[in-house]
Amino acid sequence: MPTLEIRDLHVTVDEADGGTKEILRGVDLTLKSGEVHAVMGPNGSGKSTLAYSIAGHPKYTVTGGTVTLDGEDVLAMSVDERARAGLFLAMQYPVEVPGVTVSNFLRTAKTAIDGEAPKLRTWVKDVKQAMDDLKMDSTFAERNVNEHFSGGEKKRHEILQMELLKPKFAILDETDSGLDVDALKVVSEGVNRALASTGPGVLLITHYTRILRYIKPQFVHVFVEGRVAEQGGPELADSLEETGYDRFLTRA
Amino acid sequence: MTAVDETTTDPAAGSPANTARAHSHGAGTVPDASRAERVTSFDVADFTVPTGREEEWKFSPLREFAPLFEAGPAGSARVEVTAPDAVVHRTGTLQEVGAGTAFTPGDRAAAAGWATTTEAHLVSVPAEAELDAPVVVTVRGTAGSTTSGHLVVEAGHHAKALVVLAHTGSGAHRGGVEVRAGDGADLTVVTLQEWDADAVHVGQHDVLVGRDARVRHIAVSLGGKAVRVSTNVRYAAPGGDAQALGVYFADAGQHLEHRLFVDHEATNCKSYVEYKGALQGDDAHAVWIGDVLIRAAAEATETYELNRNLVLTDGARADSVPNLEIETGEIVGAGHASATGRFDDEQLFYLQARGIPEDEARRLVVRGFFAGIVERIGVPEISERLMTTIETELAATALAGASSTEEN
Repeated sequence: MPTLEIRDLHVTVDEADGGTKEILRGVDLTLKSGEVHAVMGPNGSGKSTLAYSIAGHPKYTVTGGTVTLDGEDVLAMSVDERARAGLFLAMQYPVEVPGVTVSNFLRTAKTAIDGEAPKLRTWVKDVKQAMDDLKMDSTFAERNVNEHFSGGEKKRHEILQMELLKPKFAILDETDSGLDVDALKVVSEGVNRALASTGPGVLLITHYTRILRYIKPQFVHVFVEGRVAEQGGPELADSLEETGYDRFLTRA
Repeated sequence: MTAVDETTTDPAAGSPANTARAHSHGAGTVPDASRAERVTSFDVADFTVPTGREEEWKFSPLREFAPLFEAGPAGSARVEVTAPDAVVHRTGTLQEVGAGTAFTPGDRAAAAGWATTTEAHLVSVPAEAELDAPVVVTVRGTAGSTTSGHLVVEAGHHAKALVVLAHTGSGAHRGGVEVRAGDGADLTVVTLQEWDADAVHVGQHDVLVGRDARVRHIAVSLGGKAVRVSTNVRYAAPGGDAQALGVYFADAGQHLEHRLFVDHEATNCKSYVEYKGALQGDDAHAVWIGDVLIRAAAEATETYELNRNLVLTDGARADSVPNLEIETGEIVGAGHASATGRFDDEQLFYLQARGIPEDEARRLVVRGFFAGIVERIGVPEISERLMTTIETELAATALAGASSTEEN
């Protein structure tokens, strides 16, 4: 069974004044296919840094620890190699790519991930189906990637990619932020469809518990100051719903 | 891309001028009080040989352009014209083809070109004719020779046509282009600078837009050692709509310069200028000057101009100077924007995070950057050919940059 293993991960980021700041201070996490892990925590606790470090964003420097995918050293891979190895990051703020249509982008990405171009007929059908499922208008395919997308459209587009690219592990960075309840349901259904069909491991990064009403995690990890402060089952999320992060912050 | 400067000008606010990137304006240069005061003349003697201190030459590599300032006898470039049957094509002296009614040289090179042109061409589209295929004019320069030429493109009233002017080959060339769009005409003129790497070219394109006519002028500069194209748009009557679009890709040591001047005097006219360029390599230099003048009489004018530069490597330089002069407050709108930026690492990261390798991701981004304009050319084969050329040029960056990437 595919396993994503994060061991004692330390990550720094360069600061404007020329210094460096340690954001992750020894993170341990093991994710298996079909599992949903929620990573929760207050702002600035390092949740997003974890997501971007796994994906290989150049802004972050790994200073210690390991990330392996079925034993393969993820940290030695380039960003695109990580994606081709089966990692996917749904971004909180996906960037615009002017002049590149969604349809062209999806086909290019699918070809890169699979190592061959998808069969045109089934591909067109798959894309249409996935867009219908996410309640995306068909004109969406001809728009430029993320250009003039609303917040909700950007998130749907991220989940659309997840459904079509079928990664082994998907990291969803604050996918719920900025979504109204209807959009949140649509997006959550997309994640649940992926779980039911290809069963990736999902790392669900969120500040609030509301997305956990629609996507049920088996594991909950609370992040505080760059490491996992507490972990447990879904009941941990419920207690956070009641008490918030205060008890972690006061202790720190 | 990092926006360095974005300005939308309030019609009443006067005339700002700004540059996209910090650079010196050269002490001793006095800009004209108004763009309208710039000298135009058919007489070479009215223009001294540029020294580099002049406002209109200060960005240009005068050593490269020097042969084009000479008024001695010059040859003619080889010109081929293919056109649908309805089109009239004539060759002769400037007088014989009726040149000069909508064209007046605006600098030394253009005046010298006019004075030394022995073979001019007229491409005339009859009134109300709607062409089903483009007119293609190919200009081929010869290494070691200095050539002059003049092309008149005339579209009769309510004619609809697409004219492609393709520059290829080598040598030093000065070309005058005179575009006359009749009332209600719909005319697109595409000028392609696909010169060999050692060619030098100075061109002046004067465009006269008829009543309620629509003209698009699209300049694509990819080849040549030093290329300077000045496009001047005027309106013969109210209601005209002009678009001046351009793309360029400057490589190491290459100078690509585009100067636009839209002169609004008639009422109810529109202009839209959009130029996009990429630069890579040592001493790659792009210059974009966008002058728009809204004269006191030009009420209900609507204008916007935009220049974007994508700097792909160190050592390249983009000068971008939009300039808007407004002499009446009774306009619909006027604005401009200029931005020069680096390759956006976040775009690359996003595409790579979807499995797309870096070189392909760069290609996608650059293709996307240019696509909006290149696809408007209206001839799919040409658009595709230009995109291929752009991608080939881009591949050189990937090679040059390979040593400095992937440090993670």
